[in-house]
Amino acid sequence: MIEIDRYEKIWIVVSAVILVLFFSALTVAAFATGIQLPGPVQQVDPRTVATPGVSPFGEPGLRELGPGRYEVYILAQTWQFTPNEIRIPAGSTLTFYLTSKDVQHGFRLEKTNINMMIIPGQVSSLSRAFDEPGTYNFVCQEYCGIGHQAMFGRLIVEP
Amino acid sequence: MYKLEHKLTAWHMGIALAALAIGGLIGPFQKLEHVGVNLYSLLRPIGVQSYYQGLTIHGVLNALVWTTFFITGFFTFATVHSLGRPMRYPRLSIAALVVMGLGTVMAAVPVLLNQATVLFTFYPPLKASPFYYIGLTLVVVGSWMVGWSMYFTYGAWRKEHPGERTPFIALASLITMVMWQIATFGIAVEMLWLVIPWSLGLVEGTDPQLARTLFWFTGHPIVYFWLLPAYVSWYGMVPKQAGGKMFSEPLARLAFWLFLILSTPVGFHHQYMDPGVPVGWKYFHAIFTYGVFFPSMLTAFTVIASLELGGRARGGTGLLGWIRKLPWGDPSYAAQNLAMILFAFGGISGLTNASYNMNLVVHNTIWVPGHFHLTVGTAVTLSFFGILYWLLPKLTGKELWNRKAAVWQAWTWFIGMIFMSNAMHVMGLRFGIPRRTMLGVAPYADAEWQLFLIEAAVGALILLVSGILFYLNVVGTVFFSRKLTQPVEMPVAEPLDPHPSPAWLDAWRPWLAVALVLIIVAYGPMLITMISQVRLNAPGFRVW
Repeated sequence: MIEIDRYEKIWIVVSAVILVLFFSALTVAAFATGIQLPGPVQQVDPRTVATPGVSPFGEPGLRELGPGRYEVYILAQTWQFTPNEIRIPAGSTLTFYLTSKDVQHGFRLEKTNINMMIIPGQVSSLSRAFDEPGTYNFVCQEYCGIGHQAMFGRLIVEP
Repeated sequence: MYKLEHKLTAWHMGIALAALAIGGLIGPFQKLEHVGVNLYSLLRPIGVQSYYQGLTIHGVLNALVWTTFFITGFFTFATVHSLGRPMRYPRLSIAALVVMGLGTVMAAVPVLLNQATVLFTFYPPLKASPFYYIGLTLVVVGSWMVGWSMYFTYGAWRKEHPGERTPFIALASLITMVMWQIATFGIAVEMLWLVIPWSLGLVEGTDPQLARTLFWFTGHPIVYFWLLPAYVSWYGMVPKQAGGKMFSEPLARLAFWLFLILSTPVGFHHQYMDPGVPVGWKYFHAIFTYGVFFPSMLTAFTVIASLELGGRARGGTGLLGWIRKLPWGDPSYAAQNLAMILFAFGGISGLTNASYNMNLVVHNTIWVPGHFHLTVGTAVTLSFFGILYWLLPKLTGKELWNRKAAVWQAWTWFIGMIFMSNAMHVMGLRFGIPRRTMLGVAPYADAEWQLFLIEAAVGALILLVSGILFYLNVVGTVFFSRKLTQPVEMPVAEPLDPHPSPAWLDAWRPWLAVALVLIIVAYGPMLITMISQVRLNAPGFRVW
C-alpha cells in the first residue's frame, strides 16, 4: 500500500465526508423537496408537429383543465414562441408543454425554476403553481440562429 | 537530441498559438457588444459577418484548436523527455500532425465563410457545411494518432526497462491520452453515423436528442482532456520550478487513474434539462460527477504541499510565510500558481453546475461561460502560457524576450478574469441572462444588468491587454531575442519519498477494465434504448 502523510489522510477523509454530504443533499433535494427536472413525456415528428389536427402543437395555446388548472402548448420556431403571451389568474397551476418544429431552442422562465431544453422530436414539460401576480419573461436560452436574441415571450399572472 | 520531436512540438505550438490569437481577439468584441458598443464592422475585412459567426470562431479556435494542438505538442515533448527515448515511430507523429492540420483547415474555411455558424457544440438540426464536421473529425483522429505514437514509444521503453516504474510525467500523459481515446467514442459515433452522412445529404434527417447525448458523452471528458495536461505540469513540473519536490507521488498517480475511470460516465449532467433523458439517469450521473471531484481534491493537497516544500526550501518560515518566498518573479511559476488559485473558484462553480437542482437555476445562463472561463480559460490556458514561458526558450534556443512583461501578463490575466467571470456568474445566477446571446440588442434586456455587463467588458479589456503582452513575448522570443546563455531543460520534480510507487499504480489492465465497466453501466442502457428507437426525422436548417 501507499504511505500517506498524516495531514493528507485527514484531508482525504474530510474530502470524502464533504462528498458524502453533497450526495445526501442532492438526494434529499431530488426526492424529498419536489424539485422537478424535465424527463421523457412524448415523442413527436418535427416535420408534421405544427400541422393542425396532427398534434396539440398544431393549435398551440392555453387551455383550462379545471378551476385553477391550466396547460399551455407552446411551439418554438426561429425566432418566436407561439403563443408569446400567456395570461393566467394568480393561484393557478400551469403545466407547460413545449416542442420545436425546426432547430433546438431553450425555455427559461425568469424568477422561477422552470428551465428546459426544447428539442425537435421531443416534448418538454414542467408544471408550477403561480401565486405571485406579475409579469414573467420567458427567454430562449439556446442559440438558434441569427435572430436568437429576439426570441422571448411573457407569462402574465393576473391578480 | 530529439531534434525531430522538438520540431513537431514547435509546429503544434505554432498552430495552437495562431488559433488562440484569432479566437481570443474576438472575445472582447462580444463583451463590448453587450454594453452597446458594436464593433463587428471592424471584423468584416476578415469575413466575420455576425456576432454569432464571431462566437463560433471564438469557441472553435479557443476551446477546440488551441487546446488540442497545445496538448498534442506538449505531450509529444513531455513523453520523449520523461521516458528519455525518442519516438518509436516518428513518421506516425508526422502523419498525425498532417491529419490534424488538414482537419483544422477544412473546418476553419467554412467557419470563416459563414457556412458553419453553429458554434462549437454544433447541435443538430443546425446544419453546417460537411467540411466543418469532416475537418473536426480529422482533428480528433489526428489527436488519436498522436496518442498511438506515444503508446508505441511507451511500449518500446517498457521493453528496454523491464520491471521499472513508468516516470510520472510520461504515465500521466499516457493516461490522459487513453482517457481521451475512450471519451471520443461518443463524438466519433455522432459524426460518422449521424452528422456527416446527414450534412452530405445521404440521409434526410437526424435525431437531435441522440446527437446531443453522443456529443456530451465526449463533451464532459473533453474538459479533463484540457485540464489534465495542466495537472501534469502542476504535479510533475511546477514543484521543481518552486524548488520543492512532489509531496506524494503515489497519490498523484492515483489521481490520474481515477480520472481515467471517472471522467466519462458523467455526461448526463450536461443534459439535466433535456426532455429525452429519464430523470433517474440524470441523478445517477450527478452522483458520479461528484465522484470525479475527489481526484481534484487530492490534487489540491498534493500540489500545495509540494509548493510548501519549495517555499520552505527557499527559506520561508511560519504558517503562511513560505508563500512569499515562492518564485513569483518567474513568469512560468507565477502564471501557473495564479491559474491554480482561480481554478479553486472554477471548481466550486462547476460543482454548482453538476448539482441536479442548482442546474435548474443556471443552465444555459451566462453563469456557464463564466465558469468555463475560470477553468479552460484560466486554469488551463494560463497554465499553458506558464509552460510556454520555459518551453518556447527550449524550442527556439532563445531567452524569453521580456520576463517582466510575462509576469505582468500573468497578473493581468488573473485580474481581468476575476472581473469578467465574477460578473458573468452574478448575471447568470441573479438575472438568468442567457449565454451565447447578442445581449446588446435583446428586447428583454433589463437596465439592472448594465452594471454587471460593464464589469464583464472591463474584465475583457484587461484580458485583451494581457493577450497583447503574451503575444509580444511570443513574437519577441521567436524573432528578436538573444541566444540562451544557459540551456533550458524540462522541469521534472523528484518525489519526496524515493521509494518506487506500488506496482498497482503502474498497471493498465485493472484500471481500463473498471473504466469500461463504469461507462457500460452509466451509458449502456440509455444508449441502447435511444439507438434502438432512433428516428432520423429532423431535417437540417441554416438559420444564420
